[in-house]
Amino acid sequence: MKAMLTAFVAVAVIAVGANVILDNVGYSSQDRSSGNAVRLD
Amino acid sequence: MRALLCLFTCLMLALPVHAQEALSPASDRSATGGAQTLEDILARQRGEEIDDSFRRSAVGDPDGAAGMAEQLGTLGGASDPELWRALRYNSADITSSSRGPAATVLVQDGGMRWLQFRDGPLITYGGYLLLGTIALLALFLLIRGRVRIDGEKTGRTIERFKSVERFGHWLLAGSFILLGITGLISLMGRKFLIPVFGHESFAFVATWSKWVHNNVSWAFMIALVMIFVMWVIHNLPDRTDLNWLAKGGGIFTKGHPPAKKFNAGQKLIFWSVILLGTSISVSGLALLFPFEINLFAATFAKLNSLGISGALGLGELPTVLAPHEEMQLSQLWHAIVSFVLMAIILAHIYIGSVGMEGAFDAMGSGEVEEQWAREHHSLWVEEVKAREGNAPQGATPAE
Repeated sequence: MKAMLTAFVAVAVIAVGANVILDNVGYSSQDRSSGNAVRLD
Repeated sequence: MRALLCLFTCLMLALPVHAQEALSPASDRSATGGAQTLEDILARQRGEEIDDSFRRSAVGDPDGAAGMAEQLGTLGGASDPELWRALRYNSADITSSSRGPAATVLVQDGGMRWLQFRDGPLITYGGYLLLGTIALLALFLLIRGRVRIDGEKTGRTIERFKSVERFGHWLLAGSFILLGITGLISLMGRKFLIPVFGHESFAFVATWSKWVHNNVSWAFMIALVMIFVMWVIHNLPDRTDLNWLAKGGGIFTKGHPPAKKFNAGQKLIFWSVILLGTSISVSGLALLFPFEINLFAATFAKLNSLGISGALGLGELPTVLAPHEEMQLSQLWHAIVSFVLMAIILAHIYIGSVGMEGAFDAMGSGEVEEQWAREHHSLWVEEVKAREGNAPQGATPAE
């Protein structure tokens, strides 16, 4: 059962990690479709 | 005989007439100077397929424009109606200060077809597929009951899956279940959850559901690669599979056909997961990075050139698609393939848990009852025992 629980924790870690990475690589809609002069937040 | 010949001749004569009727002569638009007529508009409102090339291609001719100093020369060869038509059919030369990949598409009409398919057949048949699968499995449990271990249990266990294999399996399983639930919320929430929980609550759920779906997808893709690398060698088809399939896996008979580490049923699950999972991943990536990955125009062109679309009765598939249409098709494909894989996985979950005694241990502790292994994977047990027999003996115990 340890492998199963470790995997479930890994799902969460990968998801949070992916979100942090994707937010910083410049692929958000804001980055792709507007310039610095535009503030969407 | 004469009557038959007569009938045959009549039929042969009638066919070309029928063909001519089917092609329907080009509409007479002289009264409107070539513009669409009331018949065209009514036909469109009835949802009929109409040849709109007379409008689609009437977008002016910049090459034939009058000189700048001539009458109407400043329009550049296209009148205002022609310009609007070009905008309508997405053939106008548009420049935009917006940097988005699809910023220059002002009108695309694929969205309505997509919405109708998504809210209609996709949700209906997809939902019935999942509910039908669950109902069939429940019926199967009622009729066949749990597949029990026939022989007497030995109390000894064999290691079936190492911890890294179980980790890979549960990474895939955990992410897939999350993706399945959040995907269904995204697809069906508007229809089934809003009426029950209201807009406010659903907005909260939908936002988180989208976050989970987008980000957990990476765990699924990583696990898919892990599973493929670890298990592909055990899932190559061989002769034992034919025997296993011919006996239906022994599911309705006494005893089970011999199988190696994975039987033919498990191999089918493996390849379904790999192929459908890859397809879902690719279409999912196209959705995750909107307008960056366009799959369908190129695929349609290949299907057309290979004659596959014609053979399937789909006719010539469009090879020029608006960026939005690429996204719409990716979403539909993503959902359709996911529904199929979810149905397959429901059966997999059933047989790995309530459906078969002793099966869950393989992925739970990794250790299976030897009797279970002998009944379901006899050839694999022989391999394991032979390996153990050949293993170098450790230090002999002192006497």
